[in-house]
Amino acid sequence: MRKTCRPSKFVADVINQVPPSGIRRYFDLASEIDDAISLGVGEPDFVTPWHIREACIHSLECGETSYTSNYGLMELREEISGSFSVKYNTFYDPCSEILVTSGVSEALDVAIRAITNPGDEIIIPQPSYVAYVPSVMFAGGVPVPVMNSIENNFRLLPEDLEAAITDKTKALILNYPNNPTGATMSRKDLEAIADVVAEHDIMVISDEVYDCLTYNGRHTCFASLEGMRDRTILLNGFSKAYAMTGFRLAFAMAPPEIIASMMLIHQYCMLCAPVIAQLGAIEALRNGQTEMEKMVRDYDRRRHLIVSGLNKVGLDCFEPKGAFYAFPSIQSTGLSSEEFAERLLFEQKVVTIPGNVFGEAGDGFLRCSYATSMQEIEEALARIEAFVDGL
Amino acid sequence: MDEKTRHILECLEADARISHEKIATLTGMPVEEVSRIIKDMENSGVIRKYKTVIDWDLAGDENVYAIIELKVSLERRLGYQALVERLYKFPEVRSVRLLSGQYDLSLTVSGSSMKEVAFFVAEKISTLDQVQHTTTHFVLKTYKEDGVILYEQDQVARLPVTP
Repeated sequence: MRKTCRPSKFVADVINQVPPSGIRRYFDLASEIDDAISLGVGEPDFVTPWHIREACIHSLECGETSYTSNYGLMELREEISGSFSVKYNTFYDPCSEILVTSGVSEALDVAIRAITNPGDEIIIPQPSYVAYVPSVMFAGGVPVPVMNSIENNFRLLPEDLEAAITDKTKALILNYPNNPTGATMSRKDLEAIADVVAEHDIMVISDEVYDCLTYNGRHTCFASLEGMRDRTILLNGFSKAYAMTGFRLAFAMAPPEIIASMMLIHQYCMLCAPVIAQLGAIEALRNGQTEMEKMVRDYDRRRHLIVSGLNKVGLDCFEPKGAFYAFPSIQSTGLSSEEFAERLLFEQKVVTIPGNVFGEAGDGFLRCSYATSMQEIEEALARIEAFVDGL
Repeated sequence: MDEKTRHILECLEADARISHEKIATLTGMPVEEVSRIIKDMENSGVIRKYKTVIDWDLAGDENVYAIIELKVSLERRLGYQALVERLYKFPEVRSVRLLSGQYDLSLTVSGSSMKEVAFFVAEKISTLDQVQHTTTHFVLKTYKEDGVILYEQDQVARLPVTP
């Protein structure tokens, strides 16, 4: 008789060290409940604008189904470069400084792997998007969380960054406008961060996928700050601004040495981003501005609705100036984030995400996505009110 | 147009019955300011009317609609205006548009039957001096009216929770 196999013993140690995704658990819970209203979704509720879908259909009809350059279609890289020159007055060479990827998720993973040696520390301001910590761990790096707080509207403070920097620090991950808090950072805020970054000679991975979703005020691109272009890996994509989540299309922009290193990984793990999505993205950049601006105005109105609604029922909510999330405090209820979210789900059928899923700094908060219809937001607010009143 | 005005108009275009209080909530503006801007736009004619998009077919209405294309000749000194004014005074005429291209004007006409519409065109429109030629297209089905799709569509399911 041969030895029995215990498959779990073959799983790599690092996988077992990564904590299970809190979001995953809520996905499973929420899936069990019929006609729940979901404020748990991190994607636009708009369908991809028709002209973009139509361009993709046309590309299929023309038989454009091959691999592309590892870097992505030159035409797309030129459009991306052009749009960033116009928007942020920052030029990236389409030949050597832009890499088209399958979503920011891939760009993030590749960026981290391209710069991380075993034991390198990567600073992650929290609450943060759920992929940052695991991505650093998979790359053999050490994630170093920095706690942002509501007192500072969840902005990263230069003194907190400075305190977290050691001689092992390799990079800082910035994500403004922020998922899950909706926080933004002004040019002045970011200048102060840039000072610390330059002083300590570290890199910045700046995930600016929500840049177009900035309300009253303009987004500042971190790479556009003086001296930052050469120490920034800028990540952005089409999912949020053009409602193209399922297309899985994004890009990284960085100095040629960094992009070349990232390309080395990307060419073996992904080869290239899907061509159909790349062609859709070209159409989005060329002709998508009007519809995108309309979506942004729509989000802005829902933002006002949800923030005023949450404050009205007694859940203190600071004004999120970007992305499509409200991040109310639930501390006045005396419940933990998890208790609140779970009971709200079972008692009133509203799906939200407890803030602690995004790191310890999110404890006592709730992520409510307003990327859902006005009627659903109103109904969800009514149910939240009923829940809070019944406590 | 400023951003505030655009927000208000988009709210009203999506829902003519929306209250000023609700618009104030959605835009973060004081309700007095919302009311003042709306009043100004009503007075200046930017806001013409608050109306409802109705699927008359579904309501069981038997009315028929036709799009009439007109080729016209203009009299000296009188432009399109004089003719257009004669046309739009008929209650049967729902819309009047000046077009570029092969035809000059396009009308939407409603009536209780195809015969009624056809006779209306023959007797009231074709007989006008300036009208050289008419072409009548009866509407068989309306799929989209004023930006609103008039039949139920399948909803694409979204995952309830995503990062």
